[in-house]
Amino acid sequence: MTAICLYFQVHQPCRLKRYTAFDIGRDHDYEDGEENRRLLDKVAERCYLPANALLSNLICKHEGRFRVAFSISGALLDQLKAYRPDVLESFQGLGETGCVEFLNETYYHSLSFLFSRDEFRAQVSRHQRKIKELFGQDGKTFRFTELIYSNDLAREAESLGYEVILAEGVESLLGDRSPNRVYRASGIESGFGDSAGGQDGVGDGCGYDAKKEAGTGDGRIKVLLRNYRLSDDISFRFSNRDWREYPLTAEKYAHWIHSENGAATVINLFMDYETFGEHQWAETGIFPFLEELPGEILKHRDFVFATPAEIAGTVEPVASIDAPELSSWADTERDLTAWLGNAMQQDAAGTLYGLEADVKACNNSDLLDSWRKLQTSDHFYYMCTKWFADGDVHKYFNPYPSPYDAYINYMNILDDLSKQMKKEKRL
Amino acid sequence: MRVLMFGWEFPPVVSGGLGTACYGITKALTGLGNHVLFVMPRIELSRPFPLLTLISASDILNDASEIKGPFAQESSFLPSNLPFLPPSLSGPIILRPYLRAGQSGGEYLGPSDWPAESYLAAGEGYGVDLFAEVCRYGEAGGLIAARETFDVIHGHDWMTVPAGLAARQKSGKPFILHIHSLEYDRSGEEVNEGIFELERLGMEEADRIIAVSHYTKKMIVSRYGIPPEKIFVVYNAMNQREAGETCHIRRTGDDKVVLFMGRITFQKGPDYFIDAAARVLKEMPEVTFIMAGSGDMMPRMVERVAELKIGKRFHFTGFLQGPQVEEAMALADLYVMPSVSEPFGLAPLEAMMYDVPVIISRQSGVSEVLKHALKVDFWDVDELANKMIAVLKYPPLAGELVERAREELKNLRWEKAALKILEVYKV
Repeated sequence: MTAICLYFQVHQPCRLKRYTAFDIGRDHDYEDGEENRRLLDKVAERCYLPANALLSNLICKHEGRFRVAFSISGALLDQLKAYRPDVLESFQGLGETGCVEFLNETYYHSLSFLFSRDEFRAQVSRHQRKIKELFGQDGKTFRFTELIYSNDLAREAESLGYEVILAEGVESLLGDRSPNRVYRASGIESGFGDSAGGQDGVGDGCGYDAKKEAGTGDGRIKVLLRNYRLSDDISFRFSNRDWREYPLTAEKYAHWIHSENGAATVINLFMDYETFGEHQWAETGIFPFLEELPGEILKHRDFVFATPAEIAGTVEPVASIDAPELSSWADTERDLTAWLGNAMQQDAAGTLYGLEADVKACNNSDLLDSWRKLQTSDHFYYMCTKWFADGDVHKYFNPYPSPYDAYINYMNILDDLSKQMKKEKRL
Repeated sequence: MRVLMFGWEFPPVVSGGLGTACYGITKALTGLGNHVLFVMPRIELSRPFPLLTLISASDILNDASEIKGPFAQESSFLPSNLPFLPPSLSGPIILRPYLRAGQSGGEYLGPSDWPAESYLAAGEGYGVDLFAEVCRYGEAGGLIAARETFDVIHGHDWMTVPAGLAARQKSGKPFILHIHSLEYDRSGEEVNEGIFELERLGMEEADRIIAVSHYTKKMIVSRYGIPPEKIFVVYNAMNQREAGETCHIRRTGDDKVVLFMGRITFQKGPDYFIDAAARVLKEMPEVTFIMAGSGDMMPRMVERVAELKIGKRFHFTGFLQGPQVEEAMALADLYVMPSVSEPFGLAPLEAMMYDVPVIISRQSGVSEVLKHALKVDFWDVDELANKMIAVLKYPPLAGELVERAREELKNLRWEKAALKILEVYKV
């Protein structure tokens, strides 16, 4: 039996308004409310509403056999609550079918784990409560911003009570093992990374290490790894006319999935929800593809759909994954350079988290709120200079004309925030 | 290929970017094995590199045997359709930037408030009436064309139009007009009709046109009504010998220095620089501003600085040459080119060579090729000031700009430009 695990990331940042050196000390409102609303309306109409309606129909049609998972950032949930309660209700409607799992993440879609454990825990806990409040679910699955993963993170997630964590199925973690298996995290209790973990099952794709079973450093928390080839076939390549497989039909895709029969326990298809209607426009035929896909996959009786928590509850891991280094699902490097790769990004993040002690000492919820919103990883992504010259996916998502403009704007805002904090302290 | 090239200046005597560009172009063309016969009004040095022959137009005209030669009976080699030059042009007009203020023999009687060092040329000027010089140069063009063998005629800017057309009439070879700067760039709406007409005639008559940027190409189409099909864009580049010797200069002292270097004329936007400086000084009173160069707007600019009461932090150096340029660059923490209309703009590339971060106006050709420079609309003084402050206040910004610019400079090679020019020859 092979479980197809569909998880969609749903997130929209709170974009900042143009903020110059001359606004510092004069203007403490940092968000571009109008632009955020415009983009929220656009993505709601193009993606969230039609895709939710489609998923709702599919769940109904397949009588519970079609199941999906969402992780909706707190940053977006707040925006939906304020401006598009209809979209929030449609997600809640999906939750009520019993076929949808809502994951936990950091409330502000932040990189907090890398800078402050306290802040990380505060944001995870806040998101957990929010998901419970809105969807009535106790989070069992954790995913960190942009699928960032490491042994340390897995250990932290386990200590917070999560049963399963998501990661990118990158070669540095898997070696030549398959992502289509359930793994367990390594380097958990012992506190030091066990380098032997990377050797597990080399060659057969489903190896099993007796030493790990003896408990020399593996955690109980399970790891689901994204099958990036099959995931990106939909999220990136679907409408690419130069792609050998263009046009991609549900039938063809289901055939690829079915050919994994016997070798795969699970196939993890993780992608941005905005793939449907926003990154791949409706004109590309992405919605009919999604509509037909579950039926095509379920034609084969050895295939089922399951959410991460359901898989974690029923499938035993075959081996451990050792991740002493951080990985992510971004770019070809699959590392953190998209957010923290250059001096500006490091300076911006360092300066932001350097304010933590002071902002928390202020006891001013507005300032704390502003500080937290500035943690959203998108702000650092906009400052990426890696492929700026070529113009690519980074540019598509960037509201600024250049990474330098993004940095200048952000630093001006941080400067104002820090001045406000100093003033508050003096009072 | 043998190229008959008409220029107006050539290193070491240059008044701006034109001479530097001609040097780069001829060096690269000859480096690729092409012979270049470079004609200019006067010659200051002979044969700077192989395959380049410098020809002096004044020598040709002064040589009695040439005049008495087989073509002596023709009254003029100028095309018959050359427009009548309005008499207003024969006076001491401001022919930016090409007219050198003749300091010799008091030939030139400029306005009394005219700074003596205007237009930098040492030694003799080109005479009182630039148009007369241009016509004489044109006659020489015809004589030279009759004497030499070549495959193509390549002229640089309006001054070479009569020469280029005369040479084409004599030889029947294609005439390519290379536009480095237009009267609209130099003078805004107050164009000199005579120059404008000569530019238009040249572009209409030329077999093909090379523009130094899409910015310039657009202007040629919209202002001169030239069909876009005959205009080819070839960007300027950086001399690789110079670029290889990137200067890493130690900056001393804590005070930050912002540099403007260029002619103090309408085209270069010195007034926007001064207004932005005043804005910056309100936020950062310790910054020093340097305006290096000279030009017709200088007296007004000195007054403006006084009006704004920022003279203490704002210095005029007059025109700088050679080692002085280097010194100014060594001092600078930031280079600003706020040009109102800049067909290309080589100066920021030079600043980048000295590891100085640059802010350039979007109304420039160079902004089409530079990604790692900060860009502003020349009229947006607030944004210019905002970016100046950011560079001075957030060191990682300057660091990233400089580091990325080094990679970028390596790709701006004259060889690339020369290959494109050869393609245009062969169209």
